[in-house]
Amino acid sequence: MDGPKKNPPRVKGVKSVETKHMEERDELYRGLKDLDRRSFLKVSAAAFGAVAGAGIFSPHSFQPVKVAHAQPVTGKVEQFRFAYISDSHLYERSLNDRFINALMRAVDDVNNMNPQPDFVFYGGDLAQLGQAKELEVGAQILKNLKAPVKMMVGEHDWYLDMGDKWRELFGQPTYSFDHKGVHCVVLNSVVEKDFWTARKLTPQQRMQTVAGLDNGVQSPFSVGAEQRKWLENDLKGKPANTPLIVFSHSPLYKLYKNWNFWTDDADEVQAILKRFNNVVVFHGHTHQMLTNRIGNIHFHGFLSTAWPWPYAPEGLPELTVQMSRPDPFNPNDGCGDGSALVHPDGLADKIYNLWNRNPVTVSKNYTASRGTKDKPSVPVRKSY
Amino acid sequence: MIHRAIVRRSALVIGIGAASVIAACGGGQGAERPPSSAQSGAGTPASGEAPSVSPSAITPSTVDVLLCDGKTKVNVPQGTPGTAIAGQLMAEWMRKNPNSGWEAEERERHTLQPAADNSALVGQVEGQTYGRITPQDVALWKTETERVATAGSRVFHDAGELGSTIGVSCDMCHPHAANTHPETYPKFQAQLGRVALLRDMINWCIEHPVRGKALASDDPRMRAMEAYILAQRKGKTLEYGKH
Repeated sequence: MDGPKKNPPRVKGVKSVETKHMEERDELYRGLKDLDRRSFLKVSAAAFGAVAGAGIFSPHSFQPVKVAHAQPVTGKVEQFRFAYISDSHLYERSLNDRFINALMRAVDDVNNMNPQPDFVFYGGDLAQLGQAKELEVGAQILKNLKAPVKMMVGEHDWYLDMGDKWRELFGQPTYSFDHKGVHCVVLNSVVEKDFWTARKLTPQQRMQTVAGLDNGVQSPFSVGAEQRKWLENDLKGKPANTPLIVFSHSPLYKLYKNWNFWTDDADEVQAILKRFNNVVVFHGHTHQMLTNRIGNIHFHGFLSTAWPWPYAPEGLPELTVQMSRPDPFNPNDGCGDGSALVHPDGLADKIYNLWNRNPVTVSKNYTASRGTKDKPSVPVRKSY
Repeated sequence: MIHRAIVRRSALVIGIGAASVIAACGGGQGAERPPSSAQSGAGTPASGEAPSVSPSAITPSTVDVLLCDGKTKVNVPQGTPGTAIAGQLMAEWMRKNPNSGWEAEERERHTLQPAADNSALVGQVEGQTYGRITPQDVALWKTETERVATAGSRVFHDAGELGSTIGVSCDMCHPHAANTHPETYPKFQAQLGRVALLRDMINWCIEHPVRGKALASDDPRMRAMEAYILAQRKGKTLEYGKH
């Protein structure tokens, strides 16, 4: 993969260039109203520094000013809610309308939230086989979201063209942003070792191999040394009480290697996150209700809009309250979307909006008390 | 076919002048392709077919050697050592059957639970059916059984082979055949209002989430998939009727 940029562009989802420009301009002027002269000079200098440092000059972009302005000053954290949609695995519409319709249902769900979430996080695997048309139709559907979209990459988006199309549509896969006092980091955790060159696989064969969850030819996922270094730099100087949210496609721990419910360098990544008081990791890939806690790090999985995965035959974290076994006769059962309510301490209530079932909340009290308080209801139909 | 190598790989040393076409046993039909729409490989061991002699090829200095598939032929100088002929025949056969490695490839891609190990029976006498059980017998049973399951794994993971019209294969919801619970069938399937066998559920999935056409009960793909799904639940207690 390409190395993460030192100053990755803020990913604004899938809005048009014009919309982005106008939004950034509006926000700049809104921000300027709040500034006195002294801080204006500071911000301008920071903006100039950021532009010069990144070696870019983009007269039409207001981003550097915005980034400088977004630095937490007071340390005061406000509660907020974000929605998530994940793992839609889209084929082209002409081949498969089932997964397309499911994603559109999720978009409707989120658009009907009242009040609207601060942003919508997309958890990766927008496409099934990484094809341009799959990613494009996904981007098109996500444009209907009213709230701003933050994107994350999954292995199904990446291994046909090694992320070219995805980056063209959505920007760099590794970036960070601050939201209401919480520092948020988005990683590309699906980096695989080169298994394809020696086997002389075509890009299509490489993609097909990675697309098989139980295909043992591929390599385990990792974040990789390059991104770990970027992460260290990104977090440098942040005090331990900074609330921290990390998004990764694969769970940032080792659950079940045979299905890549796994990140090979999870221990190294966790070591970087260790010094913070409260860290919440949200991940896609596992298509199920999944909860874990390792030390200060609380983990929550996203539901898929396309299909649910069975629970791994071993390694399931103790804190996980399983969802009821999906009913195969209901094509949307076990699928869904959801949201997270982030509290001022940085911990989150995770809401699983299971389609055709009652929503389930895994509260911050549940993970904070290591499962002794506020336990979600146990499923009626357990996995075989 | 793997058992071929164990059981009846043989190469002939050519030392005769009159009969210029000699049949060498060693090729088989089974490994050419896994069972798909037509029965093959899933159970019929390649049998040595009758040596055939071609009257047209009477060249004293060279000799045609025909594989027991009746199709693969090489022409070699007289006196060529049998191992060299076998090698040439094999190379020719592999050239004509580029997918012959399907079984090893499928096994590498998707883990298969091993069939039971019967090696404790080796050396015992078991009467009419078995005679005296040899290591070759035991290897043959295991290889053949696992081959059917491997063929099933291949269908299970291949939307095209399943006949899906929307690019969906079984492994999307059932990696390694998880959550297929064949040990609970037959059972009253409440959603269908009748008792279902495993194959009924396979067909239900093919028709609905996969959006393909139901397979006949004796379709080689159905037989192979049943074998694979059962193989993957090795060690589970049979509990028919369980919900």
